[in-house]
Amino acid sequence: MSATLVLFYLLGAACLLGGLGVVASRRVIHCALFLLLSLVSVAGLYLLLSADFLALVQVLIYGGAVTIVLLFALMLTRVTDLTTRLDNPQKPLALVAALALFLILVATVAFTPWGPQAPERVELVALGRSLFSQWAVPFEIASVVLLVALIGALVIARPEEDQ
Amino acid sequence: MIALEHFLVLGAALFCIGIYGVLARRNAVLILMSIELMLNAVNINLVAFAMYLRPGEFVGQVFAIFVIAVAAAEVGLGLAIVLRLYRNRASVNVDEIDLLKW
Repeated sequence: MSATLVLFYLLGAACLLGGLGVVASRRVIHCALFLLLSLVSVAGLYLLLSADFLALVQVLIYGGAVTIVLLFALMLTRVTDLTTRLDNPQKPLALVAALALFLILVATVAFTPWGPQAPERVELVALGRSLFSQWAVPFEIASVVLLVALIGALVIARPEEDQ
Repeated sequence: MIALEHFLVLGAALFCIGIYGVLARRNAVLILMSIELMLNAVNINLVAFAMYLRPGEFVGQVFAIFVIAVAAAEVGLGLAIVLRLYRNRASVNVDEIDLLKW
C-alpha cells in the first residue's frame, strides 16, 4: 500500500467521521466542530488530487468563514438547552433513504467503465489563466451573486423598523 | 496510486450522510450544515473527475470554485433567514414552521 493511499484512507475516514458527527451528535456546538473536521479533511483530499488552489480556498472559506458564521448562528439562536430534540420523527425513513441512495451510487460507480485514468498535475498559473479568460463571464456573475446575497442577507436580518 | 472509484465512493458516502442529516434533523442550522456536507461531496466528485478524466481542462476545478462561491452565498442568506425566523417565532425547528401548511 503506497503512502498516498494510506493518506487517502486517513483523510477519508476523518471526513466521514466528521460527517457522521454532524448528523448524529447531540450538542449543536459539537456538530459545528465535527463539520470543521470534515471540511478540513476535504481540503486534504484536494491536496491529494493536486488541486492546490481549491485546498487553499476550502480552508479559507469553509474552514474559516462558513464554520464561524454557523457558530455565530448557533450562538444567536441559543439552542443549547439539551431538552429540545434535534431529530425528526422521520429519522428511520431518512436512514433508509440515505442507505438506498448510497447503494445505488456505489453500484453505479462499480459497474461503469471509467476508461483510462491519468491523474495529472495542473499548473496554478494555467488555472488562473483559464478562470480569467475562458470563464471570465461566469466568474463576474459569481461575484454579482455574492454581492446580491450579501445585500439580501443584510436586508433580511436587519432589525425591524417602526412602521 | 488511488483509483478514481475511491474518490467517487467517498463522495457518495459523504453525500448520503448529508441527505440523512437534511431529512432527519430538526434544527434549521443543522440542516444547513448537512447541506454543506452534500456540497462538499459534489465538489470532491467534480475535482476527481477533472483530475482523472480531463486533466488538461479546468472545468471541474472551475465548477468547484463556483460551487464554493454559491455555497458561501447560501450560508449567508440561509443564516439571515434563520435569524429572522428565530426573532419572529422564537424557534429554529423546521417542524414548527408551518405557516404555509394547511
